[in-house]
Amino acid sequence: MIYHELIIVGGGLAGLRAAIEAKRAGVDVAVLSQVYPARSHSGAAQGGINSALANHPDSADDTPEKHTFDTVKGSDYLADQDAAKQMCEDAIPILYQMEHWGCPFSRFDDGRIAQRPFGGAGYPRTCYGTDKTGHYLLHTCNNEAIKAGVPFYTEWFVTDIVSDSDGRACGVIAYDMTAGGFEGFQAEAVVIATGGAGRTYSNSTNAIISTGFGASLAYRAGVPLKDMEFIQFHPTGLLTTNILMTEGARGEGGYLINGEGERFMAKYAPKAMELAPRDITSRSIWTEILEGRGIGGKQFVHLDLRHLGREKIMERLPGIRDLSIHFEGVDPIDEPIPIVPSQHYTMGGIDTDVDGRTELPGLFAAGECACVSVHGANRLGGNSLLETLVFGRRSGAAASEYVSGLAQRRRGAPEVEKALQRMDEKLAALTSRSDGEDPYAIRAEMTETMKESFGIYREEQIMQTGLDKLLALNERVHDVYLRHTGRVFNLDMIRTYELQGMVEVALTTAAGALNRTESRGSHSRTDYLARDDENWLAHTLAYREPYGRPRLDRKPVTLGLYEPQERKY
Amino acid sequence: MPEATFRIHRYDPERDGDRRWQEFTVPYESSLTVLEGLFYIQESLDGSLSFRYCCRAAVCGSCAMYINGRYRLACQTNVKNLEDAPITVEPLPHMPLVKDLVCDMTDFFAKYEYVKPYIMHDSKYPEKETLQSPEDRRKLDNPVDCILCGSCYSSCPSVWGEDNYLGPAALLWAYRFEADTRDEARKARVSSFDNERGVYRCHTITNCVEACPKELNPTEAVQWLKGAAVRRRIFGRWK
Repeated sequence: MIYHELIIVGGGLAGLRAAIEAKRAGVDVAVLSQVYPARSHSGAAQGGINSALANHPDSADDTPEKHTFDTVKGSDYLADQDAAKQMCEDAIPILYQMEHWGCPFSRFDDGRIAQRPFGGAGYPRTCYGTDKTGHYLLHTCNNEAIKAGVPFYTEWFVTDIVSDSDGRACGVIAYDMTAGGFEGFQAEAVVIATGGAGRTYSNSTNAIISTGFGASLAYRAGVPLKDMEFIQFHPTGLLTTNILMTEGARGEGGYLINGEGERFMAKYAPKAMELAPRDITSRSIWTEILEGRGIGGKQFVHLDLRHLGREKIMERLPGIRDLSIHFEGVDPIDEPIPIVPSQHYTMGGIDTDVDGRTELPGLFAAGECACVSVHGANRLGGNSLLETLVFGRRSGAAASEYVSGLAQRRRGAPEVEKALQRMDEKLAALTSRSDGEDPYAIRAEMTETMKESFGIYREEQIMQTGLDKLLALNERVHDVYLRHTGRVFNLDMIRTYELQGMVEVALTTAAGALNRTESRGSHSRTDYLARDDENWLAHTLAYREPYGRPRLDRKPVTLGLYEPQERKY
Repeated sequence: MPEATFRIHRYDPERDGDRRWQEFTVPYESSLTVLEGLFYIQESLDGSLSFRYCCRAAVCGSCAMYINGRYRLACQTNVKNLEDAPITVEPLPHMPLVKDLVCDMTDFFAKYEYVKPYIMHDSKYPEKETLQSPEDRRKLDNPVDCILCGSCYSSCPSVWGEDNYLGPAALLWAYRFEADTRDEARKARVSSFDNERGVYRCHTITNCVEACPKELNPTEAVQWLKGAAVRRRIFGRWK
């Protein structure tokens, strides 16, 4: 048994930022991460982070209020307006803090942090470091955590969150990948910061470890997942790999071109053109493809950067060029890049307040695995890096306050020891079976079902079939068997174990999508074309029911600043 | 359907440190990266195979391996660009082993932390950002793209010969902060690389430059640090 006052699960931007906050508040905190923290998926973010610094010549009168409005409008009015306001206000000091911590942002000639235009934003307010902003921010926070002396348990895979008899989170169970074996961690509080659930889809831009498994741990602990039906499809994933091509490529002036050589966005968003929000842009591309105007009639269109010229591409988009050359064999200086809309972001997640608190006392969540909600039905580009830092910091502070305010420390909660025993028994059952269901066949069926039934356009019958398939997979997944029973770095065990959580998370997306009889943001139904504020201006809450379909509930949206209007760009 | 033959280094500490080579045949449609091949093997042919993975887009540094005699990221290496068959896949050479293609990075990261890889800043910060000219920012272009994959460290003969040598990656990061106009570390960091573990053990063999999958240049950074150490030690000039 290991004890820390506060355990942070996940070493990406949200987890690191939470850990630094707690450590500097004097809390005994530790980070458990499946990968070395600087390898986390936050590092794959490219284009930038939004903050109304008003550094750009065209954004002199930009303010956090305008940022809030763009975020709320972008969310199709499903974001909680107080939460969005909080994030956009915190955006100013957190950006300066990242700069002070050494983040190598690109600079304007006057030495200030550079900003570029991004989709759905009224002003150029996306601060960037070339096209590797996530990588730079992640290393900055990893380094600051080293400086602060945060202890890391690197390559520890958390398999359970443990609650005590008083109904508070009191620890986690984790698998030590390199040494082999399970260990219990007792704690006063736990922060989950494990990222999104992109890999429940077969066509995701996300890292392979972005499985949604962390969210499933909270879900199993009885905490609801909120708004899981809202899945963002990024307009520009590379054709063969779905690897992300940043929105910054269009922010710098890139065109989207169909098979007839047209800049087709003129039809769908005549003012914003390629910089319409992601839901609208992805739908527009998909409509072109469905109507036969993909390149050569096939299922892709072109992202054309050639007119930007070699110099601008090399200076502003060097990473995009490298990825395009290495993974697609196309140099964007000479040729247009073949792209296809790809699953990119999980707007929904563990239901939290603006300080990361969940329904379970002592359990906090931040980053993509959480849903505050600031993104509502559609996230704006540049707001996800911002969310990780703002709510990572806030949840680290709130968890520290919670720990410091406890009347008495539990230290050794016996429930953790019991949970560790249960884990051993569960594993023994898995390893004793010598045949059964193939977990990788189930994984492939699940990810394909999500892509086909819960994609950009959705319809009742197709979703019902998809949901039924997932329910069947959710039965079969309990009959899987392991091919490998070794203790050290056992990928077969990790991937099989995480699959059980992935199917449950996928079910919340499916059930929420089928239930919501309207079109809003990324949730676009061909049988309910309009947004329906009268019946659906509400968050979906999904509660876990053992072995089956989640129980759905609703929660009101916090308005107060802006009345819902029709979205035009 | 084309096929690729993988010849993979196996090592299992739980089976008396059994170390051997094993061949697998992987079918594919039009395109296959080495990482995708490893997943196919792990899922369909041999569930006991271990390797590191994360982003599959060449930005996280997890899957650096020694493939057909060269340092490469498995995710970025397409089999159609590999000339020799079978495709030989080994863990980073000269590193302690954990299992199969997974090596022990503990020393690597300990040395990274040893150079104090973070901004040190004593004076009061401005209310807004610290100003930095684009020209000064460009000095960081090379080191800030490092993904800590360990290829350079594994390739460095000076590291092979001297366990204590910090190696190219840690020193590249020392340079990254020393060259940053915002850093005020002065004596605090220079003592970490101006010593018997530090820059003087680099003999400009440049294996690191060849090994780096991000095309960075640790050798040049180390020479800059040598110059900076001399400037500081003898002439007392900090920047």
